Amino acid sequence: MNLFKKKQYVPITGSREGAPVVPDGLWLKCPSCRKAIYQKELGEFKVCPNCSGYFRLSARERLALVADEGTFEETDSGMASKNPADYPGYEEKLRKTSEAAGSNEAVICGFCEVCGNKTALAVMDSHFIMGSMGSVVGEKLTRLFEKAVEKRSPVIVFSASGGARMQEGIISLMQMAKVSAAVKKHSDAGLFYISALTDPTTGGVSASFAALGDVILAEPGALIGFAGRRVIEQTMKQKLPDGFQTAEFIMDHGFIDKIAERAEMKDTIGALLALHRGSCDGAA
Amino acid sequence: MARRNAFETVKVARRVKRPGALQYFERVFDGFVELRGDRTFADDAAVVGGLAWLGETPVTVIGTQKGTNIDDNIARNFGQPHPEGYRKALRLMRQAEKFRRPVITFVNTAGAFAGIGAEERGQGEAIAKNLYEMSTLETPIVSIVTGEGGSGGALALALADTVWALENSTYSILSPEGFASILWRDASRANEAAELMRLTAEDLLKNGVIDKIIPEAAEGADANFAFTADIIKKELLDVIPKLLAKDKRQLLDARYARFRKYGEFEEQS
Repeated sequence: MNLFKKKQYVPITGSREGAPVVPDGLWLKCPSCRKAIYQKELGEFKVCPNCSGYFRLSARERLALVADEGTFEETDSGMASKNPADYPGYEEKLRKTSEAAGSNEAVICGFCEVCGNKTALAVMDSHFIMGSMGSVVGEKLTRLFEKAVEKRSPVIVFSASGGARMQEGIISLMQMAKVSAAVKKHSDAGLFYISALTDPTTGGVSASFAALGDVILAEPGALIGFAGRRVIEQTMKQKLPDGFQTAEFIMDHGFIDKIAERAEMKDTIGALLALHRGSCDGAA
Repeated sequence: MARRNAFETVKVARRVKRPGALQYFERVFDGFVELRGDRTFADDAAVVGGLAWLGETPVTVIGTQKGTNIDDNIARNFGQPHPEGYRKALRLMRQAEKFRRPVITFVNTAGAFAGIGAEERGQGEAIAKNLYEMSTLETPIVSIVTGEGGSGGALALALADTVWALENSTYSILSPEGFASILWRDASRANEAAELMRLTAEDLLKNGVIDKIIPEAAEGADANFAFTADIIKKELLDVIPKLLAKDKRQLLDARYARFRKYGEFEEQS
């Protein structure tokens, strides 16, 4: 195993001296077992054929797995971040990230059908500044919950986020309060909310809307927790238990309802939505 | 006197002698009775609370409490709450709602504690639940940041109808050390981070995160406690009747709108 660990920082795409040149992007390294996987072997669920570990999905990839084909209508797609805290280089970072990630923010919101059930759906994207929540993520989610109240629709949120967006400072922190209040409004209207946690769901997102679902689902092995591992290790000055802050750990401690494999997530959500059709009259 | 720069303010906000919640409970209110425990797991000494009189009005008071010496600090976990601390606060807030007592919170914490037990018992869930419940708590809430307002751990006690901060207090998304460590991988640049983070009371008032600055004597609230405590009392005596006069719908709509407004973005059609 040490041999593998030492190789962690060796790029597995591109050329090495004396090795044949391999085009970029054909081989991907599994985040769990670190084995190089031929891209075409991954399939739409992006599950490692070697260890069954999950590759992180982009918001668009997730959307394709969850929403019924051709039903998704995006809301607030043109909303983009400004630089409220005048953080140096933030605009540049946003521009570069948008180009690389192919989206203009860390969440996509809209309305769609899942297994024939109408619902609001938000999908976060860890590829966009680690899915961090700033003004845009907070505003889009808040509007989605507010619109769902008007339409009497359930809401599904797929979280994938390192927490609040540092570059927007205290205004990012305030998004936790803003979105949580909108979730409460939705709940007080008697409407159904599924929070689906994916790798990673930490920090300010784990301490706001992600923890507030009527039903909370998670993908196997997902990192879920409030504080970062390094911070905890520093404060506790001890090694963390095996499997600490995984979906399985969080479920054992009573904070989520069910762990669903990626391939069964859509059907799980569809079944839950069907059970709540009576309470969300916009859902039929 | 010369203006403090942001990091100097951070240092004043962190002074060991800076008054904690219990001192405010005793000085600003009369007849404080401490209530303990979250009724589920434990009594977190980093969060204190209870009942007291504000003039003629019974109120619920809640706050974070740092220690005044090493032993006290160990008992109080340096004012960094565990989930049971937030749950105790929520229990007292629900109780206040039942009797329609206003809630007044005093926040001075580096943040929610980062530890194994805290994670096992759901630190994220505890904070989230407070935000969720406080957003519709049917009684007035006033929050005062008296020292460090550390991230989600502070916000979980500060979703209020009006939020104030002492002149030398700070309120930020993360400590300047943490901010520098995350963004530049160099915690020693905390001084620089503090300048950038707009965490002083003056900055917070400007961007609408707080509604009022509570003045301190030039030497700080620790050196002249009576000065600041008396101003807080006067301000509370002024605002609490006004908040109590609002009907429930008005109160909650205004609270929702207060937090709904945060965010700066552009929209292309």
